[in-house]
Amino acid sequence: MAAPENLKYTEEHEWVLVDGDVATVGITDYAQAALGDVVYVDLPAVGTAVSAATVVGEIESTKSVGELFAPVDGEVVEANQAVVDSPDLVNSDPYGAGWLLKVRFTELPELLDAASYDELTK
Amino acid sequence: MSDRVSPLAEAHEAAGAQFTDFAGWRMPVRYSSDLAEHRAVRETAGLFDLSHMGEIVVVGDEAAAALDYAVAGRMSALERGQAKYTLLLNAEGGVIDDLIVYRTGDDRFLVVANAANAGVVADALRERAGGFDARVFDESDDVALIAVQGPRAFEVLLATGGLALEGGHPDGKDVPEALGSLRYYRALAGTFRERPVLIARTGYTGEDGFELFCAPDFARELWEALIEAGTPLGLVPAGLAARDTLRLEAGMPLYGHELDARTFPAQAGLGRVVDLGKPGDFVGRAAVERGPAADARVLVGLSGEGRRAARADYRVLTADSAREVGAVTSGALSPTLGHPIALAYVDPACREPGTQLVVDVRGALQPYIVTALPFYKRKRS
Repeated sequence: MAAPENLKYTEEHEWVLVDGDVATVGITDYAQAALGDVVYVDLPAVGTAVSAATVVGEIESTKSVGELFAPVDGEVVEANQAVVDSPDLVNSDPYGAGWLLKVRFTELPELLDAASYDELTK
Repeated sequence: MSDRVSPLAEAHEAAGAQFTDFAGWRMPVRYSSDLAEHRAVRETAGLFDLSHMGEIVVVGDEAAAALDYAVAGRMSALERGQAKYTLLLNAEGGVIDDLIVYRTGDDRFLVVANAANAGVVADALRERAGGFDARVFDESDDVALIAVQGPRAFEVLLATGGLALEGGHPDGKDVPEALGSLRYYRALAGTFRERPVLIARTGYTGEDGFELFCAPDFARELWEALIEAGTPLGLVPAGLAARDTLRLEAGMPLYGHELDARTFPAQAGLGRVVDLGKPGDFVGRAAVERGPAADARVLVGLSGEGRRAARADYRVLTADSAREVGAVTSGALSPTLGHPIALAYVDPACREPGTQLVVDVRGALQPYIVTALPFYKRKRS
């Protein structure tokens, strides 16, 4: 699946949807496919201060543990409880219902566009 | 680097498999979903490509005696068509590999080794057979291996056109009776469209099932025939990810995780596999008779709560977390049981089922309880 054009990406295989000063964050289709069936998601609590490129959560599959990196500096304003309850949403709808966090950011770092991300994962 | 490719690679590509490197082989890790493939093997049937496994043939008038000297069990006691799980030990009593040995003739045995160890096993067998009238051939590159595993595996084989018994009825009408009465750890000589296939009732999943050894040049034809016959019965191709969670639930050791050159069979709960009653010497005998140190760690099953799995190399501690008492060797969230399970080596004082322990799961101490193996046992019909 090609990366959606309307999103930005990190080299750690997260996608970012920017809306005003809030970034919605998830993992890419490439990342979920590499992990396999996701069985456990650990997300930071609302109100947690996060820094870009640091580990803020975990995404576990039957086979392995993936780390979730914060793509931006800021504060967690929402964590997707639906994904905590049904981790398979990360596999079935990584760019939609499988979103993980909303972070109110102070400054947006440089992120990859869809074409650059597709190039990275080719 | 994966430079070795299964003869079924194109079939896997066509089925949309994701691949992984396994012991230098590029093998399917999953086709669609680890969990769906795992569930299919527990509930219907799964099809595995195990062509990476090593196949070594030992042949000669003294092949049985050579194997009795080379491995831990008594292979001379096997009847033709019988198989046995055994261990190749080093002189220090450690495990070089775990093996299944099939007696395929009076003077002929097929030794199935783990992919990573095939060369080492062939070399060791060749060296150990040196004083016997027996020859050792590493045929790993000339043998493909397909496993059909699950409660409907037998039906899948019956529905597969072109299977017959060697020397049996050409249209295979005697196959149902022969396969139906084939016991666990027995094998028979069959054919698929007139080419030889060794059909064994063995596996590594904790379910009923069969393993089919054939020449690589028609492996894909056999694979496609099994898929075609099995799909209406619920058979799906299954990758190495499902194979690993299946064997873990069944409490079966995996070389490199639960077994290695420094681990005595008794530590792994495999003392019974070493036949100290057999006449004559065998490699590792003296060391095994002396046994591991009294405080040597032993393999146990661990069951946890919640959904966070303990994984290989995580530390195991006493329930009050005051003392480190072992380490995890394999672990996963059990797809069948719904809670985390693990295999771990722990101090003998902690081996009793019911013992409360904790595992350091990336900084979080998770409670685990020592559990008798296997975690999962199929209901026998």
